[in-house]
Amino acid sequence: MLQVTIPIEKVDGIIGAWGGRREALIDILQDIQDVARYLPRPALEHLSKELAVPLGEIYHIATFYKAFSIEPKGKYVVQVCLGTACHVRGGRLLADRISHDLAVKPGKTTGDRLVTLETVGCVGACALGPIVTVNGEISGKMTQPKLVSMMKKWRG
Amino acid sequence: MQTVKSASELGALHTRLNAARDPKRPLVTVCGGTGCQASGCMKVAEAVRDTLGGDPKLAGKIDFRVTGCHGFCERGPLVVVHPQGIFYQQVRPEDVDEIVRLSVVQGKPVERLLYRDEVSGKTFTRENEVPFYKNQQRLIFGMNGQIDPRSIDDYIAIGGYQALAKVLTQMKPEQVIDQIKKSGLRGRGGGGFPTGIKWETCRRAEGIRKFVICNADEGDPGAFMDRSLIEGNPHSVLEGMIIGAFAIGAREGWVYIRKEYPLACDVLRNAMAQAREYGFLGKGILGTAFDFDVRIRRGAGAFVCGESTALMASLEGRVGEPRAKYVHTVEKGLWNFPSNLNNVETWANVPLIINKGVEWYARIGTGDVTGDAWGGSKGTKIFSLVGKIRNTGLVEVPMGISLRQIIYDIGGGVPDGKRFKAVQTGGAVGGLHT
Repeated sequence: MLQVTIPIEKVDGIIGAWGGRREALIDILQDIQDVARYLPRPALEHLSKELAVPLGEIYHIATFYKAFSIEPKGKYVVQVCLGTACHVRGGRLLADRISHDLAVKPGKTTGDRLVTLETVGCVGACALGPIVTVNGEISGKMTQPKLVSMMKKWRG
Repeated sequence: MQTVKSASELGALHTRLNAARDPKRPLVTVCGGTGCQASGCMKVAEAVRDTLGGDPKLAGKIDFRVTGCHGFCERGPLVVVHPQGIFYQQVRPEDVDEIVRLSVVQGKPVERLLYRDEVSGKTFTRENEVPFYKNQQRLIFGMNGQIDPRSIDDYIAIGGYQALAKVLTQMKPEQVIDQIKKSGLRGRGGGGFPTGIKWETCRRAEGIRKFVICNADEGDPGAFMDRSLIEGNPHSVLEGMIIGAFAIGAREGWVYIRKEYPLACDVLRNAMAQAREYGFLGKGILGTAFDFDVRIRRGAGAFVCGESTALMASLEGRVGEPRAKYVHTVEKGLWNFPSNLNNVETWANVPLIINKGVEWYARIGTGDVTGDAWGGSKGTKIFSLVGKIRNTGLVEVPMGISLRQIIYDIGGGVPDGKRFKAVQTGGAVGGLHT
């Protein structure tokens, strides 16, 4: 079963691991997201109390940085690179294809929480563009047929 | 491993480790950079390990190493068989058996896996003969192929941390700054500010705490030089930072690195732990009175955080918004203390300058920096060469080289007989040349 939340004790554990330091807030948020796959409100409320940082400021940070999501993510987090090198090699068409076939807009998750589609600036593997990553695993030299068979696999 | 307590202990360790690296001993290296990983190099590496380990005649006699990025990412996975230096590209796991049988055992090349130049139709056996590499000057990046980035012993074996030992035992901070100024090293992050002048200003700034910071928030689309340096040779960056901290008078360092670079984060963390264990980070480095340590902060995906004031705000755990720059960060930076920020590649140049000397370094590059730090730019620069070009990957060339040489001599020109239209330099805010 896919974990979509995080127990409060675990949040305490993460805060403790960073010594409860205010300056480590971004690291703490990253660790919470690594467990819960997004930033659940109860966890942020707890964090606000523990670090004595206003909840609004935490949300300011959580929504400023692109790596954070305040909505639950899908089982497969798919990132299509639209950096210059991938763009000239057809990255945009790949994103459009996923968007069309799975009826999901970039930045959003499918209704069944199967796939989250994200477009990213550059994953730094430009020599192999266009790049698509699935749950962090990089696939280079992506083509439409390869993408279609990947989507089939996600649907099971 | 025990702490290295003095320069002479480091020298002895270097001699011992270097002697163990017999250049005549057979060695197979597999490139393990992110580019090659995307092409499936880890399966190739596994196949090499299994094949070498599974044969009782070979087990224990052949060395094997997964290295950092070699730069020729387009042609990955890359395998090199030493001592001959036979260079294989686009290797699949099923090719490994043949490579071991023919090249490792008999020293003969497997013709079909050699690099074939599309323009001339020639094949090349050795890495340094391939036009892509032949026309480069790989001072910083070339070390990637010689070491396992997860092994501090490999780095020490090729002379690593010798520059630090020299600086700590034979030089004063002002002398280090003087050397960096004379070297003509300028910031590799894009601004091109003379590094020595920055260090000097930060040293002179008043503050009860001072910081050195490594900017590894490489986010310009198409750029992956810094990632590959950290992934391939993390200790060179750390050594540069420790030397810089000594020169500036900083006791604390930060590396701000993108979370999108998980392999680089992991390799760097491992390197920091090893450096601490050996006593190159921490209290009383190399038996001297100098204390310094480094921490990592992972960026959370904000392009603007590559800008120094935004980066420092983010290091403080706040939203990465830039501030007006009339107050320089070298005077009031992180938590308002003097902070010296340099790019990954700039830091990696520092040990080289100390080791090889200013005269040697200043011969590479362009212009004249004697008396005027802005009169030229010295050393090499790593560029990522990507897009519609025949050979894509990372290239290291002397400062002042022409775009034509990079695009045609190294990059092999525009593929499919198409006409050259335009080149974008310097990332998103750079220029477009037609």
